[in-house]
Amino acid sequence: MNPHRRSPWIIAATLLTLFFLYAPIVVLIVFSFNASRISPLFTGVITKFGPFQLVSGNVVQSPCGPFHWFCDLSQNTEVLSAARNTLFVAVTATIVSTIIGTMAALALQRYNFRLRTFSQISLYIPIVIPEIVMGITILVMFSQLFTFINDSLHLTGDSQLGLGLWTVILAHISFMIPFVTLVVQARLQGLDKSYEEAAMDLGANEWTTFRRVTFPMILPGVLSGALLAFTLSIDDFIITFFTNGPGSPTLPIYVYGLLRRVITPQLNALSTVWILLVLIAVFLTQRVESRQR
Amino acid sequence: MSEFAIELRDVVKKFITPEGNELAAVNHVTMQIKNGEFFSMLGSSGCGKTTSLRMIAGFEWPTEGEVYIDGELQGRKPPFLRPVNTVFQSYALFQHLTVFQNVAFGLEMEHTSKNDSRRRVGEALEMVRLTGMDKRYPKQLSGGQQQRVALARALVKRPKVLLLDEPLGALDLKLRKEMQLELKSLQKEVGITFIYVTHDQGEALTMSDRIAVMSFGKVLQMGPAVEIYERPANRFVADFIGESNFLDGSVKSVKDGQAVVYISAWGQELTGIVTSKVNVGDEVAISIRPEKIRLSDQSTPNAISLDGTVVNSTYIGSDTHIYLDVRGQRLKVWEQNRVSTLDPRAYYQNGQKIQLSLVPENTLVLPKE
Repeated sequence: MNPHRRSPWIIAATLLTLFFLYAPIVVLIVFSFNASRISPLFTGVITKFGPFQLVSGNVVQSPCGPFHWFCDLSQNTEVLSAARNTLFVAVTATIVSTIIGTMAALALQRYNFRLRTFSQISLYIPIVIPEIVMGITILVMFSQLFTFINDSLHLTGDSQLGLGLWTVILAHISFMIPFVTLVVQARLQGLDKSYEEAAMDLGANEWTTFRRVTFPMILPGVLSGALLAFTLSIDDFIITFFTNGPGSPTLPIYVYGLLRRVITPQLNALSTVWILLVLIAVFLTQRVESRQR
Repeated sequence: MSEFAIELRDVVKKFITPEGNELAAVNHVTMQIKNGEFFSMLGSSGCGKTTSLRMIAGFEWPTEGEVYIDGELQGRKPPFLRPVNTVFQSYALFQHLTVFQNVAFGLEMEHTSKNDSRRRVGEALEMVRLTGMDKRYPKQLSGGQQQRVALARALVKRPKVLLLDEPLGALDLKLRKEMQLELKSLQKEVGITFIYVTHDQGEALTMSDRIAVMSFGKVLQMGPAVEIYERPANRFVADFIGESNFLDGSVKSVKDGQAVVYISAWGQELTGIVTSKVNVGDEVAISIRPEKIRLSDQSTPNAISLDGTVVNSTYIGSDTHIYLDVRGQRLKVWEQNRVSTLDPRAYYQNGQKIQLSLVPENTLVLPKE
């Protein structure tokens, strides 16, 4: 038997894995070009450019031609505002959680203090407990807190504290920190203490040592931690669902709302754009990381 | 300027082991290192040499006792305020910076002007023969080159004292020998005090003006290489530095720096030089270096002649190592191969009867501890 020939089982397993991973995505993208407004079946691609024309539920002609649903999407102010909310939450939460998470990693890895083991273990809790439990507990905490503050300060009307985007951001930060910390810690573990000692030996104080030596050396870890946190935030549904206030949905919340009403290929177009953005982000960070090495 | 570049006064450093026990890594060490000296701390791992060095650098603080640099008490001063620089065992070159940026790092911390810094980095790189490598990254250099960058990075700061923590440990033997000589001549050239930590006795003997032999956190002996090798203070030092034959005995009499020792295994008295104080009746060790035993029939004045049998003889090129049985005691003898010959008889044969002579000048009487 030729040892270089791969077993057909390996080939079959590979193909099946790829199929289950990517077939849904391909179908989703294909359907974003569907002519039918409501049909779950593919009725063909819109081919004609021209003024919008609808014949028995099928788009026959559109100013954007096959990209009709993307144009449609770009005029949907609700989607755009949901996208803005999502990005705002993700960017803010990523920045804050990356800073706090990195500091926590440094403290846990470089210093000995009381409750260190406890702190380390408590990091795993948000990762391990079910997201829905976390969502409910955060919601309960917020509502109790708000009731207490509103009552004790006699706040009324608009000045009352309530759920909103900022509570989503706080909730996201709290579940993103452990991910950042663990990723950065892994990087720090591989970083010999002598680099920092060398910097101090050459006359750098603690802050300069961090700025000039420690941080540049752990930067790849910090970046992958931040990226991980960002992707977790951008597609989080459950925790956002519990901590969000009315009137400012993020994309996942908005999509969920759409699903309950009517599904048009606009939703597919939205998902396609989303996938493309994530692909680009992943590609860019891969580039950055490979250059670091 | 103080007479001593570095002074350790009764320094103790205790650590808590993971099991919760207290361990004195450095146990009441006192050292005075003179300006411009090449000083080595020699000992096996865990003897406290690296901890001592780290307390001078400021990475550790003494539990008890004081560290002085150039006459100034250091206390709990952080490393970046001490006028010493370190060459690390792992080199610890900053991987994200070029060779130039690595060497310039320390000057930048002192806010040296751009021009000055460029000139001094150039000089430092020239000194370690790395001119033209300044744009490379550490990973693009060989081990020996990285070692020299680490050296240039520390020396460019013109420290009062340069601390070297086994800097040649990662290099192969040939390169290590080269670097030993290079370091020694570099030290003479720049005139900076070097404190060199090593577990390699050959390295310490080759380079140092003075050596401190350490074991279990204590200094056993401090002195020039010749003194350490020819007049070890006790059995441990004689055993650790080079090789030696040891015989147990008890002191019969002491006079004029010599002692007469009764070797019970042989039922015979031997006379030897006393290096540390011994008293009559003390149980001591007789130490004789293998290259200092003569195998010959000619008797020398006041030598003691003994009969032995060759147990094993090994030809190793420059020398022949002969292992003898002398009245039930094993002795090793190194003989230089001074004549070029293929005759096997010249290199001794197993079972051969042989006469050896011991002279008091080559015999040392050492305390056991």
